[in-house]
Amino acid sequence: MSSVENTAVDHHDDHEHHGAPKGIMRWLLTTNHKDIGTLYLLFSLLMFFIGGAMAMVIRAELFQPGLQVVEPDFFNQMTTVHGLIMVFGAVMPAFVGLANWMIPMMIGAPDMALPRMNNWSFWILPFAFLILLMSLFMEGGGPNFGWTFYAPLSTTYSNDSTAFFVFSVHIMGISSIMGAINVIVTIFNLRAPGMTFMKMPLFVWTWLITAFLLIAVMPVLAGAVTMVLTDKYFATSFFDAAGGGDPVMFQHIFWFFGHPEVYIMILPAFGIISQIVPTFSRKKLFGYASMVYATASIAILSFVVWAHHMFTTGMPVAAELFFMYFTMLISVPTGVKVFNWVATMWRGAMTFEVPMMFSIAFIVLFTIGGLSGLMLAITPADFQYHDTYFVVAHFHYVLVTGAIFSIMAAAYYWLPKWTGNMFDEGLAKLHFWLSLISVNVLFFPMHFVGLAGMPRRIPDYATQFADFNAIISIGGFAFGLSQLLFVAVVYKCIKGGEKATDQVWEGAEGLEWEIPSPAPYHTFETPPKIK
Amino acid sequence: MTAKQSSWLVLAAVFANTAVADEMRLNLTQGVTDISANVYSLHMIIFYICCVIAVLVFGVMFWSMLHHRKSKGVTPANFHESTKVEIIWTAIPFIILIGMAIPATTTLIAMEDTSDADLTVQVTGSQWKWHYKYFDHELEFYSLLATAPEQIANQREKSDNYLLEVDRPLVIPTGQKVRFLITSDDVIHSWWVPEFAVKKDANPGFINEAWTRVNEPGIYRGQCAELCGKDHGFMPIVVIAKSPADFKVWVEEQEELARIAKEEEQKLLAMNMSYDELMTVGEKSYITNCAACHQVNGEGIPGVFPALKGSKIALEDMNAHIDIVVNGKPGTAMQGYGKQLGLKDLAAIITYERNAWGNDTGDVVQASQVYAYLNGQ
Repeated sequence: MSSVENTAVDHHDDHEHHGAPKGIMRWLLTTNHKDIGTLYLLFSLLMFFIGGAMAMVIRAELFQPGLQVVEPDFFNQMTTVHGLIMVFGAVMPAFVGLANWMIPMMIGAPDMALPRMNNWSFWILPFAFLILLMSLFMEGGGPNFGWTFYAPLSTTYSNDSTAFFVFSVHIMGISSIMGAINVIVTIFNLRAPGMTFMKMPLFVWTWLITAFLLIAVMPVLAGAVTMVLTDKYFATSFFDAAGGGDPVMFQHIFWFFGHPEVYIMILPAFGIISQIVPTFSRKKLFGYASMVYATASIAILSFVVWAHHMFTTGMPVAAELFFMYFTMLISVPTGVKVFNWVATMWRGAMTFEVPMMFSIAFIVLFTIGGLSGLMLAITPADFQYHDTYFVVAHFHYVLVTGAIFSIMAAAYYWLPKWTGNMFDEGLAKLHFWLSLISVNVLFFPMHFVGLAGMPRRIPDYATQFADFNAIISIGGFAFGLSQLLFVAVVYKCIKGGEKATDQVWEGAEGLEWEIPSPAPYHTFETPPKIK
Repeated sequence: MTAKQSSWLVLAAVFANTAVADEMRLNLTQGVTDISANVYSLHMIIFYICCVIAVLVFGVMFWSMLHHRKSKGVTPANFHESTKVEIIWTAIPFIILIGMAIPATTTLIAMEDTSDADLTVQVTGSQWKWHYKYFDHELEFYSLLATAPEQIANQREKSDNYLLEVDRPLVIPTGQKVRFLITSDDVIHSWWVPEFAVKKDANPGFINEAWTRVNEPGIYRGQCAELCGKDHGFMPIVVIAKSPADFKVWVEEQEELARIAKEEEQKLLAMNMSYDELMTVGEKSYITNCAACHQVNGEGIPGVFPALKGSKIALEDMNAHIDIVVNGKPGTAMQGYGKQLGLKDLAAIITYERNAWGNDTGDVVQASQVYAYLNGQ
């Protein structure tokens, strides 16, 4: 393999292929999947801290009962923009960044199939978030109707920043759709000879399915925000009963996007864990085919469970039963995935490097989030859980200790391949343990306050919730601060460190581990042969 | 299945009776209705199922992590698929889910059966208060947060029911099926009383139904559960359940009080209140009803809620001012207060707004003027 690589390197030295150009123009004009992957990852890291800073404002206000830090209206802006930034700015771009870096290297392709579009889909993103963030400084403030922007709170009763919110979401949507098209075209057309679909690494599979989900539902989101825009500014009545519309229809449309979106944020995580667990267990992934089928089943089922977010809206009982049954059903393929990971570890020869530590934490904590999701599926019980901190606990377990932990695992797993240097393991382990402890101090007590009856999205609460909220806030600040260690590890790793081998991890298998570390600017210009 | 289920129920009951669950409020309430007790046991059954699954899965995983580590000198096994195992761990969860779906379905169908109610109450949410209207009785009123703003601003010690207290609670009889017709005047709210296991969205332009039959007299507290704007966290629900006899007495009292208030109002029409009296009443009413948006200092929130200090409405045409207070402004957050407040309060608020914060128009609005306006002069 390495001989193939050397010719590739010579090849681009000899011809008009450049190595990485210098300066800012390298990043602005780049069509290289590795550069664009890096841009996405750094952008998502920045957004993670901005969204995190907003979470700190929320937790500071909720540290004690009474209003201390911010006004209720600004509090609502913080919860709204925190959600939007974390979903569209942190988690999704991180996965797109990983896809950009890894998919071509995992399937033996020289680059993404549509490199110029790739450049554009990244470079419109900073503008989307600039618009969103700047709207916070408008007179009347930024969006304050929750990231779910239920009408008519987001239409008739919203402030003037709504138009900017809509425009910004449109740009994010365009970026996601282009990213998804690129992934699909790349996987369909640029696989190395012999790389059949059922030989693709699981990360590639889960991203392929995710990309289809994105293409299916991002236009639905675009439709929803456009209807909000015309209801607010152009006197339409999609969501206004007085004009023949229906506010609940908004929720149906939103969640028809929103539920597959949930899986958009977790399927690539499943892929990452399915790469890492076999490596550090030194054993092949158990049930590869069933993993693929389970992912596809989850994706298909994700289209018929959307109204479980809406059990209290007053649906007919038949609809409530339908959505309850299918929501319960979705736990079956999800369970299969967890069982397969455990079976992969079973009778392996495990070591516990940092990516594996994050992956194991993912399996445990994501499963806790999945189990509380199963509880939420039980409609009569959901009437009690809905819109309380129990739900907040649930989706932060699947999104923070699920999606974000998988991203951390992926970053530690592939960082040596990207930079050519091993990271500071001591510091990374410190990051892991501090994150693991603080994240549970942060989110676990939310189950209790939620069951005890604390609604979500409130800036002030009854005194019975005070003790737990203080603990939650302390956990929040600790988790936020711990993430600075991650920046330190990444910075040190880019600057230098022990040189990484090509394989990096003893048990690692796959094309990305057969090329040099750091991965050269151009890889697989001659496709490898897959046995 | 039944034997298994009842053993779960026993477990659930044991957990419920421990002092920890009760005192520290770690768990869902059992509530005071048959339905809420059913919901509680569903919650506990699914919770224990989740616990068992978690213990099994994590148990196997941690056992493996302890024993199948490289440092113990093990060599990794080679197996990597088994259709039999895959079928087993697909089928078993599926069967557990069916076992869970049956009691959930029964409870859900019972919860949604609103037929044959003994009493019907219309519940209307608006920013940020609840309105209750009893069918079959001449009785309706608004229910607003009763916690003093000084407590929220940490200037005074917080009361026991901080943020969970209202000026006029809803009163319902015990042992009777009470149906709620739930709707909204503006954005979506959600009417939630945990002890009844009733949470239903209040959708503008549509009516949702819910019901309860409370077994125990008592005071039950809840909150709005759907983000409804700035003061979403400040619109609690308080329901008092009284025995049917006490409820009857209460209704008669309230109807009598409403009648007296109406008479008083008629008397008021013939009288003129002094400027000072109007300003005193006006300030108090303004703070309760208007200050959430227009702020205590009358300056509003720029870009969201308009200022009244120095505004055209408050300084110029008095009839336009009366009109907007009484009828509201459709398509905005400004509600019509004609139905919410008595003539005295309306007159006082308008007088106050025209003279406070340096508006100093010197105008005085009397109840009779508002009355004349309401009755289409």
